[in-house]
Amino acid sequence: MCMCTVEKKGNLFILTLTGEDEHRLNPTRIDAIRSALNRIRSDSTSHSCSALITSAQGKFFSNGYDLAWAGSSPDKIRLMSSKLRALVADLISFPMPTIAAVTGHACAGGFILAFSHDYVVMRKDRGFLYMSEMDIGLKIPAWFMALISCKIGDPVVRREVVLKAKKLTAEQGVKRGIVDAAYDSAEETVKGAIELGEKLTQKGWNKQVYSENRKQLYKEILDQLGVDETTDDLNKVSIAASKL
Amino acid sequence: MCTLEKRGNLFLLTLTGDDQHRLNPTLITSLLSALSQAKAQSTRGCALITVAQGRFFSNGFDLAWAQSAGSKQGAQERLLHLVESFKPVVAALLNLPMPTVTAVTGHASAAGFALALSHDYAVMRRDRGVLYMAEVDIGLSVPDYFMALFKEKMGAASARRDLLLRGLKMKGDEAEKRGIVEAAYDSDGEVREASVRMGEDLAKRKWDGEVYAEIRKGLYPELSAMLGLATKVFASPRL
Repeated sequence: MCMCTVEKKGNLFILTLTGEDEHRLNPTRIDAIRSALNRIRSDSTSHSCSALITSAQGKFFSNGYDLAWAGSSPDKIRLMSSKLRALVADLISFPMPTIAAVTGHACAGGFILAFSHDYVVMRKDRGFLYMSEMDIGLKIPAWFMALISCKIGDPVVRREVVLKAKKLTAEQGVKRGIVDAAYDSAEETVKGAIELGEKLTQKGWNKQVYSENRKQLYKEILDQLGVDETTDDLNKVSIAASKL
Repeated sequence: MCTLEKRGNLFLLTLTGDDQHRLNPTLITSLLSALSQAKAQSTRGCALITVAQGRFFSNGFDLAWAQSAGSKQGAQERLLHLVESFKPVVAALLNLPMPTVTAVTGHASAAGFALALSHDYAVMRRDRGVLYMAEVDIGLSVPDYFMALFKEKMGAASARRDLLLRGLKMKGDEAEKRGIVEAAYDSDGEVREASVRMGEDLAKRKWDGEVYAEIRKGLYPELSAMLGLATKVFASPRL
């Protein structure tokens, strides 16, 4: 089953999560995304400057981990966590600017996936940014917190996102300084991402230097990616799965 | 010195009396006992609200008690004792398995300000009362865990600098504008009502208290580490 496609548009690579489902982050989907990123990485050697845009079809950008698939199996939970951490490592070391065109709901792991990109643009007519963990009774791992801490500078907004589990629209995200721009529709959002991508590629940046600088900027995240202390928390994960 | 009342889903912690609610061994013990009680009685969907009677929220450590030791060394030892024994109060608030709101009903100074800041949310009066870190004016250093509290709860470096290095006495409107309190209200009655409303709204979410506390500690990792609060890892499922 095809889970994502990659389209080349000039210097830009557009990775789209396909299908009308919730784009849950199970090992199969994560592998598909990582494999697409690998292809882009090797393709881009012929261009000095490219940019990545990640988008999705349907009502969801991504609703996070596939808790239904994992059930209460500790091995499955650990596998999903380890794969997502590897994907985030890929994105943080990616040799070009990255833009998340959030065309639908981005929840929990999906929120993390969006914010693993350098820039986040989003549609304003529907969809929420939502760290749902508090509402479903799941502890947030330290590496998620490190990412949130690096990408959301204001402790008041971090508290709102993490401790209040607030569902933020694109406009609310822009007002709080966490979303770069809000657009009227999914199509407009992708167009906006493309415009931003083109502006960034015009700078002619060196890919390796961009990657290294980003790794330094988000070193705090990379330092925490080696472990997920919550994947032993079996009881909580099965409580969450039963709430689905 | 302080009382704990349960009203529906809300735990109401009140600093009693018309005095400055100075943090001395007696009040600190009383606070620890109240927080321990709230923790023991906590259920899903409750919240803590901390208020004070009189003109003061709390004016900080009981320096008069420290100085009544008789000698300079004795006073220093007593002050250090207060700094150390207040740490568990901040830790208890950080560990509390429910959302916490404080209505800063009067002046909150030094350790009193830290007490307010140890809550998840704060509301304040605009007509009276200031937030004030007096240490720079009276010549006392600020404990490391107060610094961590400021750093992790207050994003604006300029606000931290103005409060800590300039001894700024911040009133409600400015505190609201700079994001240090959620909102400022026109009177004592209004700010208390607002804190209860906020507590009820948070309690309505019916969050699992244990998970809430773990996420809170994850949100303030430096402070948690400094207070010796390990985050729990549930290693064995309940069969």
